[in-house]
Amino acid sequence: MKDNQEPSAVFSNSLDAYFIGVFRGFHFFLRFFKSVFTRPFHTREIIHQGYEIGLKSLSLISLTGFVIGIVFTKQSRPSLEDFGAVSWLPSLMGIAIIKALGPLVTAIICAGKVGSSIGAELGSMQVTEQIDAMEVSAVNPYKYLVVTRVIATTLSVPILSMYCSFVGLTGAYFNVHASENTGLRVFIQNAFSGISFLDIYTSIAKTVVYGFTIGMVGAFKGYHATQGTRGVGKAANEAVVLAMFLIFLEEILIVQVSNWFRNF
Amino acid sequence: MNKSQQAPIIDSEATVIRIEGLRKSFGTLDVLKGVDLTVLKGENVAVLGKSGSGKSVLIKIMVALLQPDAGTVIILDQNVHDLRGKALDALRLRVGFSFQSSALYDSMSIYQNLAFPLSINKPKMTRKEVDFTVEETLDAVGLKSKMLQMPADLSGGQRKRIGIARTLILKPEIMLYDEPTAGLDPVTCAEINALINQVQEQYKTSSVIITHDLTCAKSTCNRVAMLIEGTFLKIGTFDAVFQTEDAQIHDFYEYNFIQ
Repeated sequence: MKDNQEPSAVFSNSLDAYFIGVFRGFHFFLRFFKSVFTRPFHTREIIHQGYEIGLKSLSLISLTGFVIGIVFTKQSRPSLEDFGAVSWLPSLMGIAIIKALGPLVTAIICAGKVGSSIGAELGSMQVTEQIDAMEVSAVNPYKYLVVTRVIATTLSVPILSMYCSFVGLTGAYFNVHASENTGLRVFIQNAFSGISFLDIYTSIAKTVVYGFTIGMVGAFKGYHATQGTRGVGKAANEAVVLAMFLIFLEEILIVQVSNWFRNF
Repeated sequence: MNKSQQAPIIDSEATVIRIEGLRKSFGTLDVLKGVDLTVLKGENVAVLGKSGSGKSVLIKIMVALLQPDAGTVIILDQNVHDLRGKALDALRLRVGFSFQSSALYDSMSIYQNLAFPLSINKPKMTRKEVDFTVEETLDAVGLKSKMLQMPADLSGGQRKRIGIARTLILKPEIMLYDEPTAGLDPVTCAEINALINQVQEQYKTSSVIITHDLTCAKSTCNRVAMLIEGTFLKIGTFDAVFQTEDAQIHDFYEYNFIQ
């Protein structure tokens, strides 16, 4: 079937549209791996996008990470007190923040902020024919717009996640220090006592997958935006919803796989 | 002034565009129903027709933005729809496309809009050479002073000019204009028409101009082709096409208020 041709319905229009969407998504995904290793690499654009994604999300991630560290510590304390296990608080925070909260919170923030921004930007370029303009100027728009953004998110989200975990643990430390007068060294020792290298690798692997998903979904939705300005809003919105849905699915899968490795 | 009466700079021996039996449908809607057209070297040809008659579809098929259902498009001796990857890019560098909406990259300045295709396609050019080429091309469209502005700061006519400049910077042999005067006031339309003629003379281009503006067609094109209901009803000089009893062509002429 040709790109812009409307086929007559095989099942029903909505079911057909769904399968066509899945096919396009799969094709879009495979095209990334075909394009990423070929010249030109647009390194400057990757750095620019990494800067845009990373730096502009930093303040929101700092605030959210810090607040989560404090709030999660505060809310966990009463339960641990009931069992006389307050001394486990740093360890619990280490496990919770490094293994789960840091990566997931970063991914959700980036899906909302970066995913929607990529969806809206590319969607706007699509409906105003800027992507077509690149194509007729012999510039590969997929490589310049999609590959660069996906690489940038894939590299930025893990760094942001590590930063979020650091800020979250800092928030937790302030709270633990204020309540139990625990020293920094003891806090760090306890926080990392329940963390293995496998946990850290898994955490980084997760964020690489999340970053790739956020970039890919945002770019896919934007690249295929239709219906003018309404389509741009729709692309941005769908980019966030689909990215979050996939991130939660991936979270479950990756945790299952890491547990399988742990028991192996 | 009637362009078809001007001294031609056309090489009647060399065909740069040859379209044969072109068909395109969207679902059950047949947009192009067997279109044939030839454009000679140095010639400007207008494709006239009402909105929704398939003019823009035709021009997008010519640069492989759309795939035809049947038929061939031979540009500069190459079948456009047989080309892929680098071969298609190489042909596209020889064919400039000016969009109806101008399609300027709105996150880039005017300088960057022009420098971008150059820096990607001619990576060996030095920064000085790029700067010189951008300035030279902006000068040709009379907008050198706008180099550091953003597209949003420009008027509709200026955006059209920059759109044309962005295609000219790659020194194309063929120019395709999609509705170059749509949405502009008569004075700006006249300026754009003059620019199209200037491009033909200065850059020695052949052009296809998609329009429904008869003034534009008359003042810029050596021949016009009337696209009605998916086929070319008549092709020839402006006067030859419109000296007709055909009701559809006559109606189109009347609607444009040219007497």
